[in-house]
Amino acid sequence: MDRQFDILIVGAGHGGAQAAIALRQAKFAGSIGIVGEEAELPYERPPLSKDYLAQEKSFERILIRPVSFWEERNIAFLTGQRVVTVDPQARTIGTAAGETISYGRLIWAAGGHARRLTCSGHDLAGVHSVRSRADVDRMMDELATTQRVVVVGGGYIGLEAAAVLTKLGKKVTILEAQNRVLARVAGVALSRFYEAEHRAHGVDIRLNAVVQCIEERDGRAVGVRLADDEIVPCEMVIVGIGIVPSVEPLLSVGAEGGNGVAVDEHCRTSLPDIFAIGDCALHANPFADGQPLRLESVQNANDMATTVARFIAGDPQPYHTVPWFWSNQYDLRLQTVGLSIGHDKEVLRGDPAGRSFSIIYLKAGKVVALDCVNATKDYVQGRQLVIGGAIVDPERLSSIPALKDIYAASPA
Amino acid sequence: MTQIFVTDREGSERPVPATPGLSVMEIIRDAGIDELLALCGGCCSCATCHVYVDDAFASVVGGPTEDEFDLLDGSSHRRTASRLSCQIPFTDALDGLKVTIAPED
Ligand SMILES: Cc1cc2nc3c(=O)[nH]c(=O)nc-3n(C[C@H](O)[C@H](O)[C@H](O)COP(=O)(O)OP(=O)(O)OC[C@H]3O[C@@H](n4cnc5c(N)ncnc54)[C@H](O)[C@@H]3O)c2cc1C
Ligand code: FES
Repeated sequence: MDRQFDILIVGAGHGGAQAAIALRQAKFAGSIGIVGEEAELPYERPPLSKDYLAQEKSFERILIRPVSFWEERNIAFLTGQRVVTVDPQARTIGTAAGETISYGRLIWAAGGHARRLTCSGHDLAGVHSVRSRADVDRMMDELATTQRVVVVGGGYIGLEAAAVLTKLGKKVTILEAQNRVLARVAGVALSRFYEAEHRAHGVDIRLNAVVQCIEERDGRAVGVRLADDEIVPCEMVIVGIGIVPSVEPLLSVGAEGGNGVAVDEHCRTSLPDIFAIGDCALHANPFADGQPLRLESVQNANDMATTVARFIAGDPQPYHTVPWFWSNQYDLRLQTVGLSIGHDKEVLRGDPAGRSFSIIYLKAGKVVALDCVNATKDYVQGRQLVIGGAIVDPERLSSIPALKDIYAASPA
Repeated sequence: MTQIFVTDREGSERPVPATPGLSVMEIIRDAGIDELLALCGGCCSCATCHVYVDDAFASVVGGPTEDEFDLLDGSSHRRTASRLSCQIPFTDALDGLKVTIAPED
């Protein structure tokens, strides 16, 4: 007979793990199974480009829960199994190995796969993504014989990896196709700051750099050829150009979506009893004026998981949490709250030269987000401004000694 | 073997084996206590690992760093005994430490 679970979770990452934990915390007594294509039990992904890559933390220390935890909570794992089909009528999923599993409710928490380059040489030995432990272990195996690294893509993951590898003594070049790093997620001032920091650490940052192909010798990558035919020689290429959401099995049976799978405020897809959470969930975010988007953050995966668990446990509460994020590079701690997408003004607080400052993003006069570098106070106090959608004079935002005084002064 | 005593949000206290070299957050998590979200994995970015340190250990544990202090300010359950447990490295000197998990924010 087929295996069967009251709740079947696809994807054993941040979202999948938290969904199971939150269901048990809500005293859900039915059976819970988690199918995941990776070999490991759920682990934290952020350290993959930070302390795990730096070999400052062992794999055991980044497990989301110890092995015994899952046994005690009666949460079953089917690791190393990829789900390739979903049948919403029969309420079954099919795995790549040909197994069929029945479910009462399905929670799709499959995140995404690293986007790959499409040019020639993209699959050579020495070309790496940074999405899974396996990716990073492969990379670490080659580090001893690597002097020069080219990072394709100046997003957070690429920048973090560049910082770690520089610290490990590698010569790093970052190739960014846009005219600034972090173009997709932050304002210009933050981009310029990080570019300057990386350059000061010896990283060669090339903006407006278009990759033509990866150069090969004896089956290995030996350099990256740019559009103007310049070749940047290296022993390792790291590709950090975002993810492709893993939603094909849902879209192919009619789930609404496109860039991800569409969900409502309880994380329900358009298919019956199928929920989706985390990186793959296209949702109307209240902190972006309800614009449909996907968020790639631990906060989002975790809070959406809790939203679904609440719904299933009969205590539904719509997803309405202020987004937050962090990134560590060198001795710089970035903390972000809110979504800067669509902002029309940036206000600087503090002095980037002193390496402790914040950028406050405004949209139609309203505070929508803050990027705080080594400025935890602003992060904590600015959070209230984002939640309240505060309208504050930009001059005041930049000069007031403490952001919390804005609330104290303004009428409720 | 060294241990700490953890009081959960329901008020029940239990002894938990503690290995030097890990943070108190990791010790609590590894004991299967699931009340600490510890979302940032211990890098002092989230404040979801908030605990109260028992008075008897206050001086051995010491106070928070500036960043940690500021992050704790975001909690509506802050007290003088508040610490982020990921920022307390466990050492032999902390054998028998008592902590209470703070309410969720
Ligand atoms: C290197 C790196 C650094 C990051 N740093 C930060 C950070 O500092 N702060 C932050 O907030 N966020 C960070 N993130 C983002 C954060 O890790 C993700 O947003 C989070 O992991 C999303 O959780 P998820 O459950 O949606 O997906 P994931 O954690 O990716 O889990 C999805 C799982 O599903 C599996 N899967 C996919 N398809 C299938 C299938 N068909 N069948 C079975 N299994 C499948 C995947 O292999 C994966 O194991 C980082 C991510 C990476 C990769
Ligand atoms: S785990 Fe995030 S601050 Fe301690």
